[in-house]
Amino acid sequence: MLHIVACIKQVPDTKVIKMNPKTNTMDRRTAPAILNPYDAHAVEEAVRLRERYGGKVSVLTMGPPPAVKAIKKCIEIGADEGYLITDRRFAGADTLATSYALTKALNKISKENPVDLIICGKMSIDGDTGQVGPGIARRLDIPPLTSVNKVVEINKEEKKAIVHRKLEDGYEVVQSTLPCLFSVEKTINEVPYAPFPNMLKAAKYNPYIWSVDDLEDVDIKQLGLKGSPTIVSKVWAPPKPEGGTMLEGNRQEQVEQLLSILLKKKELFTIKGES
Amino acid sequence: MDFQDYQGVWVFIEEKDGAVASVSLELLGAGRKLADKRGVELAGVIIGEHIKHLSKTIFEYGADIAYVYDDPIFKNYRTESYMKALLDCSAKHKPEIILYGATSTGKDLASAVATDLPTGLTADTTELDVEEDTGLLLASRPAFGGNIMATILCKKYRPQMATVRAKVMKALPPEPGREGRIVEESILLREEDIRTKVLEIVKETTKKVRIDEADIIVAGGKGLGSAEGFQLVHQLAETLGGAVGASRDVVEAGWIEHAHQIGQTGVTVTPKIYIALGISGAIQHIVGMKNSGLIIAINNDPEAPIFESCHYGIVGDAFEIVPMLIEQLSEVMSREGVSHV
Ligand SMILES: Cc1cc2nc3c(=O)[nH]c(=O)nc-3n(C[C@H](O)[C@H](O)[C@H](O)COP(=O)(O)OP(=O)(O)OC[C@H]3O[C@@H](n4cnc5c(N)ncnc54)[C@H](O)[C@@H]3O)c2cc1C
Ligand SMILES: Nc1ncnc2c1ncn2[C@@H]1O[C@H](COP(=O)(O)O)[C@@H](O)[C@H]1O
Repeated sequence: MLHIVACIKQVPDTKVIKMNPKTNTMDRRTAPAILNPYDAHAVEEAVRLRERYGGKVSVLTMGPPPAVKAIKKCIEIGADEGYLITDRRFAGADTLATSYALTKALNKISKENPVDLIICGKMSIDGDTGQVGPGIARRLDIPPLTSVNKVVEINKEEKKAIVHRKLEDGYEVVQSTLPCLFSVEKTINEVPYAPFPNMLKAAKYNPYIWSVDDLEDVDIKQLGLKGSPTIVSKVWAPPKPEGGTMLEGNRQEQVEQLLSILLKKKELFTIKGES
Repeated sequence: MDFQDYQGVWVFIEEKDGAVASVSLELLGAGRKLADKRGVELAGVIIGEHIKHLSKTIFEYGADIAYVYDDPIFKNYRTESYMKALLDCSAKHKPEIILYGATSTGKDLASAVATDLPTGLTADTTELDVEEDTGLLLASRPAFGGNIMATILCKKYRPQMATVRAKVMKALPPEPGREGRIVEESILLREEDIRTKVLEIVKETTKKVRIDEADIIVAGGKGLGSAEGFQLVHQLAETLGGAVGASRDVVEAGWIEHAHQIGQTGVTVTPKIYIALGISGAIQHIVGMKNSGLIIAINNDPEAPIFESCHYGIVGDAFEIVPMLIEQLSEVMSREGVSHV
């Protein structure tokens, strides 16, 4: 029986986000909050592993109270239990402070039901760093395995896991001790439409909600903005590029101009050519 | 923490097929500028097995010092072993700044090291600068899906760390014979202390195109309408002997694999010729190709932002223009005997 915890985050949908051009801040009202797309794959993989080996899938998130909605989305995917840690003192956390807070929550979850495996998404689309997963693993002193795109085997008795880690030009097969942490690629699985019973369960589901005071051994100085070594000093709109020459004339003329531009570089066309 | 104790700019050197990875050479170029501005030395940290010879290359590309951890235990990259080496090196020699390529290895290592030090880490940086007097690293990166740029600082901790996107910084021209100081380091690590083992490495280069290495890229977007329409991109690429690129929307539609995606969440490319067909030119796409030598865009919407980022543009239907172009190109090429091998 495996206890798997997927770490998930509610994020503004950066695809539809509108920026305030004067202040260069995002207009949160225009951005619907969604489950971080990468984390849906993390939950899906946890659910698949539960189906393969038996056990339980919990999801954990740190965020403002509306993040309950992201937890419900995970219940739809098939998670059994959800935990939200929410507190003003968590606010403004960078990846170091985030991994600290999540680790404290994981310790508490683990006390009740020891955690065998933690799964994170490759990255969050707002934070965009992929640092939180390895950060949690280091703090718990378990091996971090990033870029996981296939789980070959989990063996709780032998305390081992075998996965494929994606590399720039292929993949590697890695064995790790258990417990460990995976950050998973999007390609690891496809998240199907939620089955109807899960939707019903999700609609009624109430996650555990903890504040800082519910967690143990917390050093307040390491939380939120205070516990974050990095600060954003300045934001600006990316400079607008100059713009190029538009090729005018009728089609034939345009194509001829383009042709002569390309032919100036025709040595590139020949891959091995004459020499 | 006394900031005076922390000096020098470091680059974590990645090895690729027995040579220094190009991203590391680019970072040495960027690191050299930072080091010169601060009046300090530039070092490369090389970890691996049989990798001492890489020092020569990094000196030629601007490093003053090579810290070398050469041991069979470092044969394959593993977070725990590499992290321990880097933490050891950092504790001994106290750099002010450490840069890593934003590759899967660089990001993995930097995240672990940052947590243990602890210090701040800025991911996927695209611009780097340093304050001459304070040594504060100004690491800038696109944020919120590329909608804005943000400068991130780490004021209270040293070393300061950043991962940097490949193909954004420029390597210096190598200076043959340029010399530096090799510092051989070692740590006591037993295989039993490392909790992961690499069982096998599978290369998939044979069938996968490395679009980041192509001289010519023809990229297609959602404007091509369908997987069949997208064949147009393949046809032009074939005629020119180039590689095929795509926007994210095309990849999401399943017309082509993710390995071909160009942009913020795909590959950054700098070919000599980049041709965009039916790509609108969203900022997330532009950041991945804007440093290309010659950018040509064909789009039927005169207002498409891609026209602000190209050298030459044609407003029109790609399905009308490209077949004409292919025909005329093929004609010229067969006449002049330009052929692909
Ligand atoms: C966090 C984040 C990360 C992202 N990362 C990436 C990334 O890495 N890479 C990336 O590409 N995108 C990325 N995107 C998506 C990006 O914002 C755009 O949605 C995407 O690039 C648009 O793809 P497109 O240009 O193919 O499609 P569209 O925006 O739909 O553009 C299609 C264009 O084709 C033109 N067209 C239509 N018919 C024709 C025709 N017959 N002939 C010629 N032109 C025609 C249209 O006028 C239009 O301009 C990211 C977004 C987010 C939020
Ligand atoms: N606030 C959070 N709560 C829970 N998990 C998180 C949070 N932030 C990040 N994560 C996890 O860490 C991964 C990487 O996030 P990031 O480092 O922000 O790119 C995400 O895909 C999540 O799995």
